[in-house]
Amino acid sequence: MNSKYIKFLFILIALLAAVPCAAQIAVKGETVYTMAGAPITNGVVLINNGKIEKVGPASSVTIPANYRTVSAKVVTPGLIDAHTVVGLNGYLNQPNDQMALDASGPIQPELRATDAYNAEERLVQWLREFGITTIHTGAQPSALMPGQTMVAKTWGKTVDDATIVPTSMVSVVLGSAANRSGGSPGTRAKQVAMLRAELIKAQENAAKKEAPKDLRSQIMMRVIKGEVKLLVTANKDQDIMTALRLAKEFNLKIVLDGAADAHMLIDEIKASGFPVILHPTMARPGGDAANLSMETASKLKAAGIPVTIQSGYEGYVPKTRVVLFEAAMTLANGLTKEQALSLITIDAAKILGLDSRIGSIAAGKDADIAMYDGDPFEYTTHCTGTIIDGKLVNEVVR
Amino acid sequence: MKKTTILMVLVVFSAIIAAAQDRPTAFINARIIPISGPAIEQGIILVQNGKISAVGDARTVRLSSDVTIVDVAGKVIMPGLVDTHSHIGGAAGADSSAPIQPDIRILDSINARDSGIQRAQSGGVTTVNVMPGSGHLDSGQTLYLKLRDDAVKIDDLLIFDKDGKYAGGIKFANGTNPIRATGGAFPGTRARSAALVRDQLIKAQEYKDKIVKAGNDKAKLPARDLAMEALVEVLDRKRVVHFHTHRHDDILTAIRLSKEFNFRLVLQHVSEAWKVADEIAKSGAPASIIFIDSPGGKLETMDIDFRNGAALEKAGALVGFHTDDSITDSRWLLRSGGLAMRAGMSREKALYALTMAGAKMLDLDSRIGSLETGKDADFLILSGDPLSVYTRIEQTWVEGKKVFDFADPKDRVIATGGKGAGNDGAAHTDIHDLDEGGHE
Repeated sequence: MNSKYIKFLFILIALLAAVPCAAQIAVKGETVYTMAGAPITNGVVLINNGKIEKVGPASSVTIPANYRTVSAKVVTPGLIDAHTVVGLNGYLNQPNDQMALDASGPIQPELRATDAYNAEERLVQWLREFGITTIHTGAQPSALMPGQTMVAKTWGKTVDDATIVPTSMVSVVLGSAANRSGGSPGTRAKQVAMLRAELIKAQENAAKKEAPKDLRSQIMMRVIKGEVKLLVTANKDQDIMTALRLAKEFNLKIVLDGAADAHMLIDEIKASGFPVILHPTMARPGGDAANLSMETASKLKAAGIPVTIQSGYEGYVPKTRVVLFEAAMTLANGLTKEQALSLITIDAAKILGLDSRIGSIAAGKDADIAMYDGDPFEYTTHCTGTIIDGKLVNEVVR
Repeated sequence: MKKTTILMVLVVFSAIIAAAQDRPTAFINARIIPISGPAIEQGIILVQNGKISAVGDARTVRLSSDVTIVDVAGKVIMPGLVDTHSHIGGAAGADSSAPIQPDIRILDSINARDSGIQRAQSGGVTTVNVMPGSGHLDSGQTLYLKLRDDAVKIDDLLIFDKDGKYAGGIKFANGTNPIRATGGAFPGTRARSAALVRDQLIKAQEYKDKIVKAGNDKAKLPARDLAMEALVEVLDRKRVVHFHTHRHDDILTAIRLSKEFNFRLVLQHVSEAWKVADEIAKSGAPASIIFIDSPGGKLETMDIDFRNGAALEKAGALVGFHTDDSITDSRWLLRSGGLAMRAGMSREKALYALTMAGAKMLDLDSRIGSLETGKDADFLILSGDPLSVYTRIEQTWVEGKKVFDFADPKDRVIATGGKGAGNDGAAHTDIHDLDEGGHE
């Protein structure tokens, strides 16, 4: 070979290395938690064309010769953060990177998360480097109806690359966080009165022959018809009960969010049938969330209530929490390792309505994989790699 | 119950406590991590009168016949944790009247019944440096506290030195927190921040000169100035400066000021320590770091990194940890050790940082920070390895008294959260206890 040719080869290799490998990958794991059955010892996951092709013990899965093999001690499905504001709010916490809340009015369900999502935000990368592959992100829960949520993969250059559900839910906030200082709503009762008025208008619009075309009416009609769920952030017991009451009154599909006092309302939540996206395990106690407990996830799970946890919204530091860490804290508080892993994989996928695509390692599903050099939840374990849609998008050891 | 009966019960109860204090208690069969030496697999720690009277291997520690035995087989015992920087107690220091307020004492502002103090006990914190905030170049004098149980007043938590003075340092800050866009008395730039601090320290030098020159002639003494008196203690190296600082250049400014005025310095936060680890080590200043679950939150912490501990250890600096409660909760201080190790710190130094390093930063290393004969009996009983997420702090002991017990439902709610966990003094001084004769 002449030197020019070698140089060309080097450049080619460098280029290939820079672009995440989208070809076929075989992931070998000493333990593979599929979350679709018992963990597999010495398991292999074959990935082809962005999807999981096959998963099973090494003894029964032959790795084709042209597959790139990556190995890890522990392999899990890509983790899911069931509620965050990452991508809309950035890590610098400066006015120009905080776009998750528009303060001009209390009711703005027409605001779309996709119009604010920054796929290249450093916090998106940060989460990806811990094995989080999907986030349910959107409006900051600091106004009565602050906007919509979306579901994104934590990879991609543009919002279009990242988005898997452009409008996932419409956010509603009850309690102190929904009050506007010196404005309206200023009380809990006023919050609910305003919501009722909005929902009644939506009912009326939905019954019209020719429905109004404005964006607010359009999205609210989808809500009232049950096509789009309401994500109701409610921490205090009375606010949780208000959410359940409104859902009954207007026949809404809701997901309870935050739910700090949920441990006091197990029967009521269970009877409602609605799932809970619980506050971060390490959230600060105080205000409406003064009674939050690290044991709530365990109690809800024991009661058979669908539950997942979230990184939530933080005004200061940490600018985002990491659900891997938040789930880890449930371990000394009632949950087993597999239950905690389930919380942030398949349980989250079900609550987001995406369990046919993500949340477990099974043939035909998106090839979203997290790799660790030990028990994923131990403080001292590292995430050694992340695969999203079949691409090895992270090899930083965190 | 009649009042006399209650009184009798109390008298008997007090007598039992008094007797129990003199009797030694031996915690046996635990894995002991003394910090001052290698772990002892089958260890004994002997406690009497609030002090550690012996610690060592089960085969070497002799027990007298009157000893109370507590079998803690399968558990791990380590020293109580030292949090070098916290805001528990709902404390607020300096007000908006001036950027430098050395006369402010956080002592006058702490609520000894604050639920945050109980949460810290449940998190294994036994000694803490409670500081005023970082919105000033100097927001006042800090306080080193022992988290003893059932405190009703701040006096119950103080640590006294041999001269009968309560222990504490002073809080300085630089970077963006003390800077006000509106200016006025407050600085608008980093350079002015340093200039204002220099001005005050020079004034303190002059104040001290006057005192020295006055000698025994009281008439020549300058008028008393509490702010100057505190800064003279700084100049005399009697009061340690706990310097809030994030960015690499701000860290170097803090070091520069300490050299110029020869004051004792503990660097707090040092978010960009990894950029100037060698310079920190060379200065001799200890550094206390914090673990935040993601970078940013403000511009000067955009490059905070889990690897700060490892970088400082490698450079040879003394590294400690803090919670900055409520920035992070006191209940997660132990977790800092695990995260530090994740990012390359040695296990030995991570455990040291949780205990002995903090003790040194607060000048309390002769009394706390390790399990050694003669030291205060401040220790934790853990369900397993201190750096594992599966481990639970089961008990916290301060000066030979149990201040937290996960098995007690009232303590448990503090540790895990739940209804009433945030109430002041909820665990031990509930109004309903009065009906049961529990508290007078």
